[in-house]
Amino acid sequence: MSTTTDPAAQNPAPTTMAATRPLMAAKGGARTLAVTSGKGGVGKTFVTANLAAALAARGQRVLVLDADLGLANLDVVLNLHPKLTLHDVFTDKASLEQAILPAPGGFHVLLAGSGMVEYSRLTPEVRDKLLNIVELVRPRFDWVLLDTGAGISDVVLFAVSLASQVLVVATPEPTSLTDAYATIKVLATQQDRREVGLLVNQASRVGEGKLICGQLQQVLQRFVGAKPGHSFKLDLLGEVKQDTSVRQAVLKRQLVMEHFPGSDAAQGIKALALKLMER
Amino acid sequence: MDKSLTTAQIDASRLRLDMAMQLLQQAGALLPEAEPYGEDWLQAVIDALCDLSSKDALTGLVNRRSFEMALSREVDRVARSGESALLLMLDIDHFKAVNDTYGHAAGDLVLKAVAAALNQVVRPMDTVARVGGEEFAIVLPSCAASYGLMVAERVRERVSELRVEVAPGQILAVTVSLGGAFAPQWVRSSSLLWMERADRQLYRAKAEGRNRACLETQVDSLVSAEEKGMLFAVTQQESE
Repeated sequence: MSTTTDPAAQNPAPTTMAATRPLMAAKGGARTLAVTSGKGGVGKTFVTANLAAALAARGQRVLVLDADLGLANLDVVLNLHPKLTLHDVFTDKASLEQAILPAPGGFHVLLAGSGMVEYSRLTPEVRDKLLNIVELVRPRFDWVLLDTGAGISDVVLFAVSLASQVLVVATPEPTSLTDAYATIKVLATQQDRREVGLLVNQASRVGEGKLICGQLQQVLQRFVGAKPGHSFKLDLLGEVKQDTSVRQAVLKRQLVMEHFPGSDAAQGIKALALKLMER
Repeated sequence: MDKSLTTAQIDASRLRLDMAMQLLQQAGALLPEAEPYGEDWLQAVIDALCDLSSKDALTGLVNRRSFEMALSREVDRVARSGESALLLMLDIDHFKAVNDTYGHAAGDLVLKAVAAALNQVVRPMDTVARVGGEEFAIVLPSCAASYGLMVAERVRERVSELRVEVAPGQILAVTVSLGGAFAPQWVRSSSLLWMERADRQLYRAKAEGRNRACLETQVDSLVSAEEKGMLFAVTQQESE
């Protein structure tokens, strides 16, 4: 996942080709990381928000962009009631500066807002607007995290293509693993990604992440990386153990990083942040 | 809300219920058996009215209003569960000719016969609705993409086997055109968009000569059985 091996940097893609390969070259500005999952309900937004807080705690300037256009719930997780959203920026009702809001946890957010449902179809216009917004915010932050929607729709693939790095969140559940595998396969074959990060959420024991990653890697090797010259690496970036404090924090709409900093889950997220900063 | 408080405040015998009761009677709805104007009785009247307003008077199928609600629920469910769901839109072929040639009473008989056939050919969990004049719709939850065309064909065939006696000795054969689209998995869409997509396929079926089913092409599971087998081989050993 280091920026030097970024496929986009080696092979800049034409901006008109959506969802085929990463669009963002890793030149100056924030590192861009898309957080995606395949299946919904595996804790993708939870991970994104807490990762942002963990990075912020390390002195990083972080923006979380709600790229889950049709089904945004970052505001729910963070208990924010934004007056201005990405929707207002898209419709020129607000400037980008007005819509970037401080969030609990010491980072910033750009929320999609419920009006974004109409953008759940990926038109060239929506594509250009999103691309433009990511370009505009990158010089001002160290990290731009894109919280994408669940699934492998064109909007999700496009949002992922805006980032130079990808983090796939999966739980040990079979359905989650299958969907994570499908997502990773699509990213490897359609976006020509050579490296994708994995976070195993809700692990029931230490080491489960490693086991799952190894298994996914094995299947990917067989079905994706079998072609000569096409190596693919699934990079285990962390594991977050199943933890009752997560449920408590989610129900209270708080960040685990802030309210249960000593919990297993918070430790897992901290380790993830550190690993990401090292790469 | 405190129930006893509200019932104490409402005297059902003072409500204007004549129209409601007349409507129920006219529709042949079961009138409440409970003691008139009591809470149970009032609830039964409301239930019967709800039932009446969600059904199509002629065919007894779910009406458009109620169908759109069912469709929205299904969209939400699919977006969360990722399970596949199919929407079929159907239109009776050359229905106007039936009305023009044999009269509206004959047309009504055809509509009723088609409605009954549709109800018989689907699973109990599926919702069949009359959404317009000669337009019907069926939403089929948990319908895998690979079964879509088979299901649509079964519906088409069942209707084509119908023989409707519209007048003594006057027997009509009926066919339908079908268009189908699957709800986008994992993606929150709108019921309107979903209907639009199925409708587009219906137009295609009409344009291609009627009495046929056209389904939007959809990518089936991206993960093969072989891949799944490999994916779970180790965890299964682990847990054993």
